[in-house]
Amino acid sequence: MTTTSPGPVVSEPAAAPAPVPGRRLRLSLPVVLLGLAGALVLVSLIRLVTGADDITSSGTTGAALRLAVPIGLAGLGGLWAERAGVVNIGLEGMMILGTWFGAWGAFQFGAWWGVLTGVLGGALGGLLHALATVTFGVDHIVSGVAINILGAGMTRYLSALVFEGTPGGGVTQSPSLPPIGTVTVPGLSPWLHTVERKGWFAVSDVAGVLGGLVTQVSLFTLLAIALIPLSWWALWRTKFGLRVRSCGENPHAAESLGVPVYRMKYLAVVISGGCAGLGGAFLSEVATNIYREGQTNGRGFIGLAAMIFGNWRPGGLAAGAGLFGYADALQLRSGGESVHALLLLLVVLLAGVAVWNFLRGRRVAAVVTLVFAALVLLWFLGTDRVPDEFVGFAPHITTLLVLSLAAQRLRMPAADGRPYRRGEA
Amino acid sequence: MRSRFDTERILLALAAPTLAVLVAALLSSVALLVAGHSPLSTFQSMASFGVDSGSIVQILNKSITYYLSGLAVAIGFRMNLFNIGVDGQYRIAAFFAAVAGGAVALPAPLHVLLIILVAAVVGALWAAIAGVLKVTRGVSEVISTIMLNFIAGGIVAYLLNPDRLAVRQGSQLINTHPLRQSGWFPGIPLPGGEVYGFIVVAALCGVGYTVLLNRTRFGYDLRATGLSETAAVASGVDVRRMVVRTMLISGGVAGLVGLPTLLGESHSYGQDFPLGYGFTGIAIALLGRNNPIGIGLGALLWSFLEQSSQILDLEGVPKEIVTIMQGVTVLSVVIAYELVRRFSLVQQQRRVGAELGTAAPTGDEVPA
Amino acid sequence: MSTPAAGSVPVATDAPAVELHGITKRFPGVVANRDIDIVVQPGTVHAIVGENGAGKSTLMKILYGMQRPDEGRISVNGEPVSFSSPADAISAGIGMVHQHFMLADNFTVLENVVLGAEPGRLGVLDFAAARRRIREISAAYGLDIRPERMVEDLGVGDRQRVEILKVLYRGARILILDEPTAVLVPQEVDELFGNLRELKAEGLTVLFISHKLDEVLAVADEITVIRRGTTVATVRPADVTARRLAELMVGSDLPSPETRESTVRDEVVLAVEGVTVRAEDGRTLIADVSLTIHSGEVLGIAGVEGNGQAELVEAIMGLRPAESGRVLLSGRDLTGMHTRPRRTAGIGFIPEDRTRQGLLLEATLWENRILGHQTEPPNVSGIWIDRAGARRDCERIVEEYDVRTPNIEVAASALSGGNQQKLIVGREMSSRLSLLVAAHPTRGVDVGAQAAIWDHLRAARAEGLAVLLISADLDELIGLSDSIKVILRGRLVADADPKTVTPEELGSAMTGAGDHRGGPEPSDVDEATADWPASAADGASVGSVGPAGSVGPVGPVGPAGPAAGGAVDEPADPLGGRHREPGGGT
Repeated sequence: MTTTSPGPVVSEPAAAPAPVPGRRLRLSLPVVLLGLAGALVLVSLIRLVTGADDITSSGTTGAALRLAVPIGLAGLGGLWAERAGVVNIGLEGMMILGTWFGAWGAFQFGAWWGVLTGVLGGALGGLLHALATVTFGVDHIVSGVAINILGAGMTRYLSALVFEGTPGGGVTQSPSLPPIGTVTVPGLSPWLHTVERKGWFAVSDVAGVLGGLVTQVSLFTLLAIALIPLSWWALWRTKFGLRVRSCGENPHAAESLGVPVYRMKYLAVVISGGCAGLGGAFLSEVATNIYREGQTNGRGFIGLAAMIFGNWRPGGLAAGAGLFGYADALQLRSGGESVHALLLLLVVLLAGVAVWNFLRGRRVAAVVTLVFAALVLLWFLGTDRVPDEFVGFAPHITTLLVLSLAAQRLRMPAADGRPYRRGEA
Repeated sequence: MRSRFDTERILLALAAPTLAVLVAALLSSVALLVAGHSPLSTFQSMASFGVDSGSIVQILNKSITYYLSGLAVAIGFRMNLFNIGVDGQYRIAAFFAAVAGGAVALPAPLHVLLIILVAAVVGALWAAIAGVLKVTRGVSEVISTIMLNFIAGGIVAYLLNPDRLAVRQGSQLINTHPLRQSGWFPGIPLPGGEVYGFIVVAALCGVGYTVLLNRTRFGYDLRATGLSETAAVASGVDVRRMVVRTMLISGGVAGLVGLPTLLGESHSYGQDFPLGYGFTGIAIALLGRNNPIGIGLGALLWSFLEQSSQILDLEGVPKEIVTIMQGVTVLSVVIAYELVRRFSLVQQQRRVGAELGTAAPTGDEVPA
Repeated sequence: MSTPAAGSVPVATDAPAVELHGITKRFPGVVANRDIDIVVQPGTVHAIVGENGAGKSTLMKILYGMQRPDEGRISVNGEPVSFSSPADAISAGIGMVHQHFMLADNFTVLENVVLGAEPGRLGVLDFAAARRRIREISAAYGLDIRPERMVEDLGVGDRQRVEILKVLYRGARILILDEPTAVLVPQEVDELFGNLRELKAEGLTVLFISHKLDEVLAVADEITVIRRGTTVATVRPADVTARRLAELMVGSDLPSPETRESTVRDEVVLAVEGVTVRAEDGRTLIADVSLTIHSGEVLGIAGVEGNGQAELVEAIMGLRPAESGRVLLSGRDLTGMHTRPRRTAGIGFIPEDRTRQGLLLEATLWENRILGHQTEPPNVSGIWIDRAGARRDCERIVEEYDVRTPNIEVAASALSGGNQQKLIVGREMSSRLSLLVAAHPTRGVDVGAQAAIWDHLRAARAEGLAVLLISADLDELIGLSDSIKVILRGRLVADADPKTVTPEELGSAMTGAGDHRGGPEPSDVDEATADWPASAADGASVGSVGPAGSVGPVGPVGPAGPAAGGAVDEPADPLGGRHREPGGGT
C-alpha cells in the first residue's frame, strides 16, 4: 500500500497504555466489619468528649431501629421498582395509602389484619403507577408525583367517610389502634443495660447499641428486617428475580429471550407499592398507634435516598436506612444536645473527606470540604445545643449530605427510568 | 397546508385535558355513589356556588397563587428538571420578604418592589442549591429539592420567633412585623369583593415565560435541552450552566408564589401562612402541559374545585371528594397527554408518507 | 455436505428448514418488506444480502417473532408456524444472534445466557447446573467461554460467542446471525466461520445476514439478495461473482464520488497537535494524534468503528476534554474552549448519530434549522430568536437540498432518515464555515440523496472549505478525500493516497492485520481488544472490502441508528438521562 510518508507502512499497534480500569472498592465482610468497628470507636470518643450519653444509648438505638423500618421498607420498595427499570417517586403516596389502609384494617379487624390491608393499599398505588408508566408510557417521575397527590387526596376523603364520628377519629386522624406484640430477649437485655450504665469506653457503647436491638422489638420490625435478606434472595437467587433485574438492565435483551417484560415490571412495581404500604402500616401501627395525616413526613423520599446510598442493593439499603433512622431517632428523643454532639462527628467526617480529596488530587473539593468542616466546628464550639426547629430536619439534611458525598460513585440499573416499548429494539 | 396542521394541533391539545376531566368526573361520581351521595346534585351545588360573585373573586385570588406556582414548576419541566421544591422556596422567600418589608418604610411603589425583589432573590438562591448539587455532585434534584423543603420549613420555624425575627401579636399569634400600608398591593374591586392586584404581576410573568421560552436564545437552549440533551450538547449548550440558571429562574418565580397572600391579605408572615402551594403547582403545570394559557386554565379549574367544595359541607358531602377529583384529573391527564402525543407523531409520519407518495420503500432505513 | 456427527438429532432432509412466502410488513409511512420469498435448506449456511435499509432486519425480526407480518406464511421444518413473540420462535428451534448485542453489561455470562430458560426447581436458580451446561456447550463448539465473567469485561469477539452460546443453550437448530462479522478482525472472522462449519456439521442451519460480499461468497451455500424490501434473486456462490452480487443488491449504476482535480490550498485550517484523550477510568481513547487539514482539502479518517474516531471528533468539537495536546483553527487555539464558541468560530458539525445529536425529533423543521446555530443570523438577532428568518432559511434549505417534506412545520421525526440527513447537511453548510466535521455523512441515506450530498461537499470544497471526513464507507472515503489517514486503537497508524489505494489495502490497515511483519499475534489482538470499549463498536462494518476497488460502491454501510450498547465512554450526563420533558409542552 502506498503511503504519503516514508517509513513503515503500518506502525506497531499501540500497546495498551492504560491501567486496568479501577475496580470499585469491594465491600467484603472484613471491610464492612472494619468500617463498623472504626465507626464505633469514633462515636464512643465523641460521647466521652461531649458527654452526650444518648448517642449510643439503648433507648436511641431502639428508637433508631423503629424509625429505620419505614425508611428501609420504602427503600426496599424503591429497590424492587428500580431493579425492574421503573423509577418510583410515588413511594410517598403509596406509603400514605399504607398508613391509612393499615389503620383502617387494624381498627376494623385487628392489628395483623391491618398489616395485610396496609400492604394491599400500597400495592394498589403500585398498580396505578405500573399502569401509567408501563402500559401508557408516562414519564416515571410525573406519574409518581401524580400518585403522591392522589394518595393524599384519597386518604383524606376516606378518612372523612370512615373515621369521622369514631372516638378520637376525624378527617385527619383515626381512632387508637390495637397494638402489635413486642419481643425482648430475656437475660441478655437486662445484662446489656447494666453494662451500658457503667459508662465504659467503647464497651458500654456496644452494650447500648446491642441493648436497643434486643429490647422490646416489635414483631413487625422482625418481619420487616426479614424482608431484606428475603428480597436479596428473591432478586439474586431465583429465576423470577433474574428476570426482574434483566428488565432493569437491558429490557430488550430480556424481550428477545422471551421474558414478558411488561408483566415483570408490573409485578415488580406492585411489590414495590406493597413494601411502601407495609412501611406505612408500620408507621400507623407501631411507630405511633394512630393514623395521622402527614405521618409519612417525607420518609418515602428518604427511603429512595437510602436506596441510592445502598447502591441499589438490599444490604446497603439497610445500612442507609439505619443511618437515617438514627438521625431521626436522635432528633426525636433528646433533640438539641445529641444532635449537637453529632456536629462534632460531622466535623471529623468532613475533615476525613477533605484529606481523601486532597490525596486524590482534587484540591478544590478538598478546600471546600475543609471550609465546611471549619464552619461546622465553629458552630459546635459556639453553641450548646442545636435549636429544636433545626433538629426537626436533621434526617433531611443528613440525606442531602450523604447523597452529596456519595452519589457519584454509584451504579444504578442500566435501564432505570428509561421508557420501554415492546419491539423497539 | 399550514392551517390544517394548526387546527389539528389545537384539537389534539384540547382532547387530552377534556378526556381527563371526564374521567375524573366519572371516578368521583363512583366515589360519591359508594358513600351514598348523589353525584348529580353534588356537581350541581358545586357549580352554582362556584359562579356566585363572591366565589368568583375567591377563585381568581387563589388562582393567582396557583398560576405562579405552576409557572415556576413548568420552567423546570421544560428542561426536564423537576423542581419539587417550590413549596420550600416560596415559604422561605415570603418569610424573608416579609421581614425585609416590615423593617423599612419606603414610598409605596418602592416598598412593594423591594418586597418582590427580596422574595425572588431568596427563592432563586434556595432553588439554586439544588441546581448546584446536581451539577457538581450528581444529586438528583427530585430528592434534594424535597429535602430542602423540610429544611426551609425548619429555618423559617426557627426564625419565626419573638426572640429573633418575629413579633408577638396579642397572646397567641406570632408573625413578622406587619407591613405598613405602603407595602400593600392595591386590589381591584369587583362586585363580589376585591381581587388581588398582584394578578397583574402574575399575568406579566406568564407573558415573560412565553417570551423567554419561545423567543429568546436562552429559551431555545432550554427547550432543546429538555427535548434532547444529547442534541443540545452537540449544538453547544453548556448543560451545567443551563441547569443552574434554570433553577435560579424557577426559584425566582417560586419566590413570588407567596406574595399575593402577603401583599394582598395577610401583610405579614405568620404561623398560619398557607402551606402546600408548591405541590399544587406541580399538578397545575402538568394539567396545563407547561403552556402559560393551559396553566392559567388549570389554575382556574383547581381553584374552582376548591372553592365550590366549601358548599359541600353544608350538604353533608365530604368536601374531600374534591381532592380525589384533583388527584384523578392529574393522573388521567398525564396518561391522556402521552396517548395523544404518540398518536399525533404516528399521524404525522403517516401523513408525510402519504403526501410524498412513499408507499413503496425508497431504500431509506425504516423505523424499528 | 458432511454427514451429521453421531448423536446429533437427525433432520428430515426433504423439508426445508425455513420457508418464507409472500411476507409483507408495513410501517406508518413506509413498506419495509414486500412479498418476500425465501427457502432455506437444512444443514446449510444461507446468506441474505442487501443494502442498508433494504429490509433485512425487519425480515429477521419477523422470523424471530419480534414483529408480525401483515401478509405471508412462514414454515419451519415443513410445519406452518405463527410467532407472536420470541418465545414462540425459540420453542420452534430458532435462535437469533443480534447485530447489536443483547447483553446486560452488569450481569455475568451465566446470567445472560440462562435468562428466560433458567435451570432449577421451584423457582430457585440452579447455578451449578447452568455452569455445567454452559461449559459443555462451550467445549462442544469450541467457544471458550467462562460463565462467571462479567459481560462488561469482555471484548467484542467474546461477546459474540456469548450470544451464540445463548442461542445454542436453548437448543436452537436454526441460527440467524445478523451482520456477525461487522466488528471482528480477520482472525476472529476465521474463527467464526470455523464455528459455523462445526454447527453445520452437527446438522444446524444458519441464516447469515451481511453485506460483506467476499465473506458471504466464502462461507455461504446459497445467497438470497434483497433490495428495497423484496427478494430479487437466489443464487449459489459458484454461479456468481462479487460484481454481479453488488449489481443485484444495488440495482442501478451508482455515481461514484470520485473527485479528481485538487483544490487544496496552502492555508492550514485545522491543526491537531498531539491530542490525547482518556476516559474517566484512565483508559486511553486516543493517543498523541496529530493532523492538519488545509483549506479546500478533504481529509478522510478510515477505521473500524470504536477505534477512536468518535472521540477524535468529540475532542475537536469540544464535547470531550483532551488531556493533552492542542487544537487550532486557522491558528487560533481552541483548546479548553467549550463547544459553542468553537462552532461560532466556524466549525460545522454533521454528527454520527443524527437522531440523538443532530436533531430535536419532536421539534419542527424550522426549529431544527436553528439547532447548532443559535448564535448567528438568520436564526437569531441579538438575544432574540428570529422566527421569520429561521423559517425563511429553512424553506431555502428544503428547496436547495431537496428535503422531501410537505412543509416545515412537521416534526423532524416524521421525515425519513435520508431527508433528515439532507436537512442537517444543508443546515451545517449554510453558515460561514472554515471547517466541516462530517461523521458518516451518508449513513442510512438512500442512493440519490447520497449523490446529492457528495455534490454539495465537493462544491464547498472547491470554495475552500476544509473537511474532516469520518466514514465506514471505503468507497466514499477514497472517492471524496484528498488524503486519508487510518486510525487504529486510538492512534493514526498509516497514511494513504486515495488516488492509488484500494479498499482491500485500506481494510487491512484498518484492522491492523495487513503487515505481517509488524502485525499482532492472534493472542495479542484479543488482549488488546479486550481492553477496548466493546459496546461502542458492535453494529458497524469495516466497510465493503469486497469487489476490486473500481466497481461502484456497494452502498452505505453500518446501521442507521445509534451506535449500540451502553456507550462506556459517554461523558457524564447532568440530566440523568431522562429523555422527554414531563407533561409535554408547546
